[in-house]
Amino acid sequence: MRNLILVITIFTLLISSIVFNGCGKGDKDKSAKEILGAGATFPYPLYSKMFDAYGKEKGVKVNYQSVGSGAGIQQLTSKTVDFGASDAFMSDEEMSKAPAKVVHIPICLGAVTVVYNLEGITTLKLSPDVLSDIFLGKIKKWDDEKIKSINPDAKLPGKEINVVHRSDGSGTSFIFTDYLSKVNEGWKSSVGTGKSVNWPVGLGAKGNEGVGGLVKQTPASIGYVELIYALQNNMPMASLKNKKGNFIAPTLKSTNAAANVSLPEDTRVSLTNSDADEGYPIVSFTWILLYQEQKYENKSEEKARELLKLLSWMAHEGQQYAEPLSYAILSTEAVKKADAILKSVTYAGKPLL
Amino acid sequence: MSNLKNRKIKNSIFKSLVVIFALASAVPLLIILFFITKEGISSLNLNFLFSLPKPVGETGGGIANAIVGTFILIIIATVISVPTGIAIGIFLNEYKKHKLSYYTRLCVNILQGTPSIVIGMIAYLWIVKQIGSFSAFSGGIALSIMMLPVIITSTEETLKLLPYSLKESAYALGIPYYATILKVVLPAGINGILTGVMLSVARVAGETAPLLFTAFGSPFMNLDIMKPVSSLPHVIFTYATSPYNEFHSLAWGASFVLIAFVLIMNISAKMISKRWKVKF
Amino acid sequence: MNALTLDNTILKVKGKAFSYRKKLNKFGVFDFLFKNFLGLSAISFIILLIGIFLTLLIQSIPSIEVFGINFYTKSVWDPVQSQFGSLPFLAGTVITSFLALLITIPFSLAVSLFLGEYFSKGFLSNLMKNCIELLGGIPSVIYGFWGLFFLVPIMRAFESSIGVPPLGIGISTTSLLLFVMIIPYSASIGREVISLVPSNLKEAALALGATKYEVVRSVILPYAKSGIFAGILLALGRALGETMAVTMVIGNRNLLPDSIFGPANTMASLIANEFTEATGDVYLSSLIQIGLLLFIVTTVINIVGKQIIKRFGKD
Repeated sequence: MRNLILVITIFTLLISSIVFNGCGKGDKDKSAKEILGAGATFPYPLYSKMFDAYGKEKGVKVNYQSVGSGAGIQQLTSKTVDFGASDAFMSDEEMSKAPAKVVHIPICLGAVTVVYNLEGITTLKLSPDVLSDIFLGKIKKWDDEKIKSINPDAKLPGKEINVVHRSDGSGTSFIFTDYLSKVNEGWKSSVGTGKSVNWPVGLGAKGNEGVGGLVKQTPASIGYVELIYALQNNMPMASLKNKKGNFIAPTLKSTNAAANVSLPEDTRVSLTNSDADEGYPIVSFTWILLYQEQKYENKSEEKARELLKLLSWMAHEGQQYAEPLSYAILSTEAVKKADAILKSVTYAGKPLL
Repeated sequence: MSNLKNRKIKNSIFKSLVVIFALASAVPLLIILFFITKEGISSLNLNFLFSLPKPVGETGGGIANAIVGTFILIIIATVISVPTGIAIGIFLNEYKKHKLSYYTRLCVNILQGTPSIVIGMIAYLWIVKQIGSFSAFSGGIALSIMMLPVIITSTEETLKLLPYSLKESAYALGIPYYATILKVVLPAGINGILTGVMLSVARVAGETAPLLFTAFGSPFMNLDIMKPVSSLPHVIFTYATSPYNEFHSLAWGASFVLIAFVLIMNISAKMISKRWKVKF
Repeated sequence: MNALTLDNTILKVKGKAFSYRKKLNKFGVFDFLFKNFLGLSAISFIILLIGIFLTLLIQSIPSIEVFGINFYTKSVWDPVQSQFGSLPFLAGTVITSFLALLITIPFSLAVSLFLGEYFSKGFLSNLMKNCIELLGGIPSVIYGFWGLFFLVPIMRAFESSIGVPPLGIGISTTSLLLFVMIIPYSASIGREVISLVPSNLKEAALALGATKYEVVRSVILPYAKSGIFAGILLALGRALGETMAVTMVIGNRNLLPDSIFGPANTMASLIANEFTEATGDVYLSSLIQIGLLLFIVTTVINIVGKQIIKRFGKD
C-alpha cells in the first residue's frame, strides 16, 4: 500500500515536472513561435486552413478560437489575445474605448447567405422587404402571400417560419443587420445594426456553426450563415434581390462583383447593398485587428514581428486558400492598403516590417 | 372484508408504482450509455486518439490534445486542491466545536452548491485578467476550487469514523501531535480520502463552463500550463453544436472517452472504499 | 558488511535522526507550525469564499448604479442600446427549474422509497443505487449533447403532433433534461432520511395491522418529509445553476418566454454565451450582476436545505 502511494507520488511529480517545464527559461523564444487570436466565426474555415498551412510551412503555431467577433474585439481590448478577428469593423466609439489605437487588416471577403430548411424546396427568392419582415416576425408563415408572389412556382408549406439568429456577439449579425437597416426603414428604427441586437423573433445559436447546425436540424427554419458553412453542409440558399432589381444567388462570382467599392485608407467600409448589377447584396470584408503599437504587456519584439509576418502572409500567399473555400480574394487595391497599414505597425515607435 | 381487500389492493398498486417509477428513473442512464457507446465506438481508432484536430470540414481529425489537456487540468487542480482540502478536513475534524469550524463548514456548503459558471467568472476576473492571457493554469485553478468541497467533506467524514483510541495510543507512545496526524491518523483514513479525491476528479473532468473563459481551447498539443489548452468537455461542446457531421462523430468519440474515464474513476473509488477499509 | 551490521547502521542513523527531530520539537515547534497551518488553511478557505462574494458584488456595482432595482423588473436585454433587464432570464431559470422539479418529485420519491424501504438491501438495491449514482456522475455537456440528438427530435415529433411549432428545443426539452440530471440529488437525500426512520415506529404501525402502503403514508412520509423536502431543495439549487446542458437545448432567446414549447434563456446560459464578448463596463457588469444573483440564490437554497437536514438529524 505504502509502495503504491510512493509510486503514485513519484509519477505525479514526474508528470508535474514535464508540465511545469513549460514555464521558465525556454519561454521567450518558444512563445514567439505561438500566436493567440480569437474572434469571428465567419472566416473560421478559411483561417483554420490558413493557420494549419502556415504552421506546416513556417513552424509558427497559431491558436485561433472562433468565439464570435464581439468576443474577439473584447479580448483584444482586454489584451488577452495577440490579435482579434471581426467581420464588423470597430465603430469610432469602440475604437475610442480601446486602450490604444487599433488597426484593421482586411483578409478576404465573404458572403452572408440566407439558408433555410424546407422539404422539397431547392430554390427560393427573397426581396429585401420580405426578408426584413420575416426576421421582424411580421411574416409568420411560409405560404404568406408576400413570399408566394415572388416564388409562384414553389410549393410553400403552411408551416410557421422558425427564425434562427446568433445568440453571441457576431460580426455576421452585424453584416446582416447592416444590410437590413439599409434596405428596410422598419428594421432600422426598431432593431438597428449591431453585433448583438434585440432580435424580435427567433432562436439563438452560438456561432456560424451553431446557426448552421440549428437550421439544418430544424424543419421550416431560416437563418443566416457565411457562404462556406452553407456549401460544406449542402444547405439551400436563397437568392436575394439586389439594388439593381436582380435576384442574385450567393457565389464566389457575385461576392467578387459586389467588391467594386473604393476603400478608405483604414479599410473600414461596408459592402452591403451593392450597386453592382450582378453583385450579391450581403457581402463584407473580414478583418484582423491588432494594436498599432505592439510594445505592451511584456510582448517581445520577436513576437510582434512574427505576428506581422503572419498577417502579411495571409494577405499575400495565404490568399491561395480563399477561393477553394468560396471566399473572395482581396483586390490589388485592398492588398496595397493592407500592406500600407502593416507597415505602419510599430514596436516602441519603430516600424517592424 | 372488502375494506381489507381495498387496502391490500391499494398496497400492491402503490408498490408497483414505486417500482415502475424507480426503474424508469434508471432508464435514461441506460439510454445515454447505449447511445454514446453506439455512436462513439465507431469513431474510436488509433488515429482518433493520437492525432490533432484537422481544419474545419476536413476528415480525419483526432482528440489527442483534448485528452492531454484534460489530464493537465486535472493534475493542476489536484496538486492545488488535495493538500489544501485534506488540511482543512483535518482541521474540521480536530476542532469540531470551534467557531472557525462552524464558519468553514458553512463556506464548504456554499461552495458546493455554487454553479460552475460563477466560479469560471471568478477565475477569469482573478487570474486571466491579471495575467493578461488565457491559460491552463487559470482553468486548473477554477477546477481546484470546485474540487475542494468534496475533498474536504470526505476527509472530515473519514477521519470522524476513526476511533479515538488510535490517536490515544499514538500519544501514549510519545508521538507528537503533528506526527500523529500525518503518520497515524491520515494513513488509517487514506482510503476514504482517496475515494474523495477520485470522486472529485471524476466530477471536474467533465466540467466545461469554467473552462470557457479560462483554458479557452487550442487546436494544438500544449504542455505549457501558461498557455491555453484544449479539453475533452470543451471539444464535445464545440463539435456538438457545429453543423459538420465529421465534428459530430468526433464529439461522440470524445464523449465516449470522457464517460469511460468518469465511470472508471467512480467505480475505482467504490472499490477502493470497500477493499481497503482499515478494520479496527 | 553483512545484513546484520547493515540493519544496525540503519537503525543507528534513524535513531539519530529521530532524536534530532525530537530535540527540535522539544518546544513543540513542529506542532505549533502544524496546528497553525491547519488553522490557516481553514481561514484562507473562508477568505476565498468571501473573496468570491466581494468580487461579484464589487464588479456588479457599475450596473447596479445605472439600473438599480429596475434590473430585475425590466425585460429588455439590448447590448446595442446598453439597456439590460434580467427579467427574461429570471423567468427562464425559474420556469425550467420548477418544471423539472415538479416532474422529478414523483420519480425521486419512488427511488427514495425503493432504496430506503422496499429494497434496502440486496442485488436489485445495489444495482439501482449504482445506476442513480452514475446518473449523477455524467458530465453536463454530455447530457446536453445527448439531449440535442436524442430528446430534441423526440420533442419535435411530439410538438408537431400536438400542433405546436416543432422547434424541438425550448423550455420543455430543457425541463425534461434537467429532470433527468437532478434525480440523483433529490433521491440520495430522500433515501437516507427514509432509511433513518426508526424501525420501532414502523413496526408499531405494522403490528396494528397496517399495510406497507399505509406505513409509508402515515409513518415514513410524515417523519421524513422535512428531509425529502431538503433533498428537493438541493436538487433545485443544482438545477438553477446548470449551464452547459441548458445552453445547448434552450434556444437562447433573450426575451420573456411565451410558451412552454418555445425557446427562452436562463441566467447561467446567458453568462456562458455572452461573457467573453461583453464589451463595455456596463455590459460586463450586468452579466456579473446576474452571476451574483445566481450565487446568492443557490447559496440561500443550499443553506436552508442543509439546515433542514441538520434539524432532521437532531430529531
